[in-house]
Amino acid sequence: MNKMVKSIREAIQLAGLKDGMTVSFHHHLRNGDFVLNMVMNEIAELGCKDIFVNASSLFDVHMPLLDHIENGVVTGISADYISAGLGRAFSQGVLEKPVQFRTHGGRPSDISQGNTPIDVAFIAAPAADPMGNCSGKYGKSACGSLGYAFADAMFAKKVIVITDNLMPYPLQDWSISEDWVDFVVTVDAIGNPKGIVSGTTQITRDPVGLVMAAHAAKVIEHSGLLKDGFSFQTGAGGASLAAAKFLKDIMLEKKIQGSFGLGGITGYMVDMLQAGCFRNLMDVQCFDLKAVESIRNDPRHMEISAMQYASPASRSAVVDSLDVVILGATEIDTDFNVNVHTDSNGYIMGGSGGHSDTAAGAKLSMIIAPMFRARLPIVTDKVTCVSTPGKDIDVLVTQGGIAVNPKNVELTQRLKDAGLPIVDIRELKEKTERITGTPQRLPKGDRVVAEVIGRNSQLQDVIYNVL
Amino acid sequence: MRRSMLFLPGNNPNMLINGNCLGSDAVIFDLEDAVSPAEKDAARILVRNTMRYMDFGGCEIIVRINSIDTPYWKQDIDAILPEKPALILLPKTGSAQDALEADAYITQVEEKLGFARNTVGLMPLIETAMGVENAYAIASSTKRVQALFLGAEDLTADLQCKRTKEGKEIEYARTRLVVAARAAGVDVYDTPFTDVNDDEGIVKDAEYAKALGFTGKSSISPRHVEVINAVFSPTQKDVDYAYEVMEAIALAKQQGKGAIALHGKMIDAPIVTRAQRTIDMAEALGMRRGN
Amino acid sequence: MQIVKNAAAGTMESSDAYVEIEPAQELTVQLESVVKVQFGDAILSVVQDVLKENGVEKANVRVVDRGALECVIRARVETAINRGKGDA
Repeated sequence: MNKMVKSIREAIQLAGLKDGMTVSFHHHLRNGDFVLNMVMNEIAELGCKDIFVNASSLFDVHMPLLDHIENGVVTGISADYISAGLGRAFSQGVLEKPVQFRTHGGRPSDISQGNTPIDVAFIAAPAADPMGNCSGKYGKSACGSLGYAFADAMFAKKVIVITDNLMPYPLQDWSISEDWVDFVVTVDAIGNPKGIVSGTTQITRDPVGLVMAAHAAKVIEHSGLLKDGFSFQTGAGGASLAAAKFLKDIMLEKKIQGSFGLGGITGYMVDMLQAGCFRNLMDVQCFDLKAVESIRNDPRHMEISAMQYASPASRSAVVDSLDVVILGATEIDTDFNVNVHTDSNGYIMGGSGGHSDTAAGAKLSMIIAPMFRARLPIVTDKVTCVSTPGKDIDVLVTQGGIAVNPKNVELTQRLKDAGLPIVDIRELKEKTERITGTPQRLPKGDRVVAEVIGRNSQLQDVIYNVL
Repeated sequence: MRRSMLFLPGNNPNMLINGNCLGSDAVIFDLEDAVSPAEKDAARILVRNTMRYMDFGGCEIIVRINSIDTPYWKQDIDAILPEKPALILLPKTGSAQDALEADAYITQVEEKLGFARNTVGLMPLIETAMGVENAYAIASSTKRVQALFLGAEDLTADLQCKRTKEGKEIEYARTRLVVAARAAGVDVYDTPFTDVNDDEGIVKDAEYAKALGFTGKSSISPRHVEVINAVFSPTQKDVDYAYEVMEAIALAKQQGKGAIALHGKMIDAPIVTRAQRTIDMAEALGMRRGN
Repeated sequence: MQIVKNAAAGTMESSDAYVEIEPAQELTVQLESVVKVQFGDAILSVVQDVLKENGVEKANVRVVDRGALECVIRARVETAINRGKGDA
């Protein structure tokens, strides 16, 4: 049996792609990805129209999508995260049908339940063998985990692996196995390593970030959750990483051994693993070189699929066993609803990613954000877009105080007893507006440009165009 | 209570407006070294406005003006004084005469503003060999002086020696300043620890300053503030002992005794003074008595 | 007060504002701001206030705001005026 195909174009033809079908991509190559653009160009040249693109995330490297939209090649988009350049275009209404936003757990949930069937899935593989066994851990384009690609590989009607590093059969230590793969194509490069993983991020020097991080670490310390078996996820933002560093110091001092660190994994989480803060890392995506190296060499650092990570359709997902998650926000309202989809002017510049999933699963979900950014208060009466519902958010940490969701009576008391500066979220809003002034609200557009679909597959909110 | 003082560059809005959230007991808005000559005018107005429009709550504001051998210092005082900083930090104070010169001008501006005399305190920054040698004279030159402040970076340049992390080269200046300040009955603050990434070094350095008798310590990094606060706060043991001392004294008074022993040690006046100071600080910090 | 020469104050850093002022026959204020929708009116009125307080009746003023608080905008406008006036 021969799965090797000469070109991407031939693979697309063999897969039987036709007008109106759905293709899918995963985003482990992040802003260094070449695959989505290569594939979409071939699809355009083959004359296909009305294609729906289901991508786990879209980055600004994917700006050529806008041409395909203009030419009618692409007419529908679903993603969990869309970065600012593309987001701006979508907010201006370049796509007729609203963009569908899902979460990292909601996407595989909808794929596995047949709500969003995929005709052809494209797997960007840093290493693959001729039968399609593939891995993200090896090769010049190594990205580590391939977590988001599993659902695509398992449920798409046809699966095409694209690699720049063909290895002899059988590839050892594969992630996605040959039994799901129809065709294998080799190309010169699947991505630019510089855009795939970053070097080591330095701990933030921003004083406000450090203060917030110190508060966050203390909230965790006094939450009652920081004991042997503790599990933790944090984002890659400066203050979140600093919080992880402070938390590590506390865990080492108190000799606490956690069970696992989860998520998109950074070098800081690897440091925590190596220092003995956790027994394992559960990794759906690597953010930097150190994480890639660790997942390749350290058996304690394990790859998980997005289904195992966060899908509500799974029999269980890791987020359900998570103690604490640290998350960001562009806005949070007095009901603790969080917006991570749009910026202060209403333009799309992000998305839930795993935000809603981890917030729903974790025992303590904490938002770290400054009281204001560029004069705009973080706390508002009502967020522009509900990315994660307030019922799933427990604590907001700012430099000017810590607001606890009133549903958490016991936690509030614990943190007060620990001497932390607890403040009512409404008071925090007033305090901030005394500094910044009260902003005038953005005028709302008249057209829905994006739908935010909750992890339960239901429509949660919509995003309007920017006037 | 001033355990920690954090330097903030006077022409950096982002740092100034967040200054009250960084955990230090006081902030020092810096118009001197952190501001280039071309921006002195801008920084002066920015710092003045920050003080005028922002609520710093319990965080005390100190302003480091330019030294009296520059053309800027009087304009600094003119701009800043109406906003009533707690203290003016006067760089390169080398003699009682320097302190008196600043005092005279501040007095003049206070009068113009209708403020009571000594509304704004003076904290001479001792950072020259001359300043160290004149420390007591400076500390006792005028009632406006509330504290001395050691600046080791400029001092070591003046001493023609290298500034090291261990700080042997400033040993004499440190002890000299503590003695001079205490003799004059004013507070004394230690120089910043400048390696922002040495988490152990700052602890050692702050503990050493505390052991020498410094009232508190300044910092150029928000990362050092928490350590400094912790080092210069009384421990629970200190607080409990202070309460025991005060109880023993009250009992002695009740019984009409002149002297009393606690744990086999005579309680004398200095011990009582120190106990009272500890209790005052504990109350300010919201610390309660343990067992 | 007379603005007699071109002057500028502030920076383009986040939370700061950059203010340019130049002599003119009438008063114009131009605003560019990352928070124009939310705070544009408030910023313009503050700029007008500071110009009035300093007796500036004729000048072209251009403010590039990077999310500065009111006290910062006031400071930058005042500094620009001081730098552009006759006796400076």
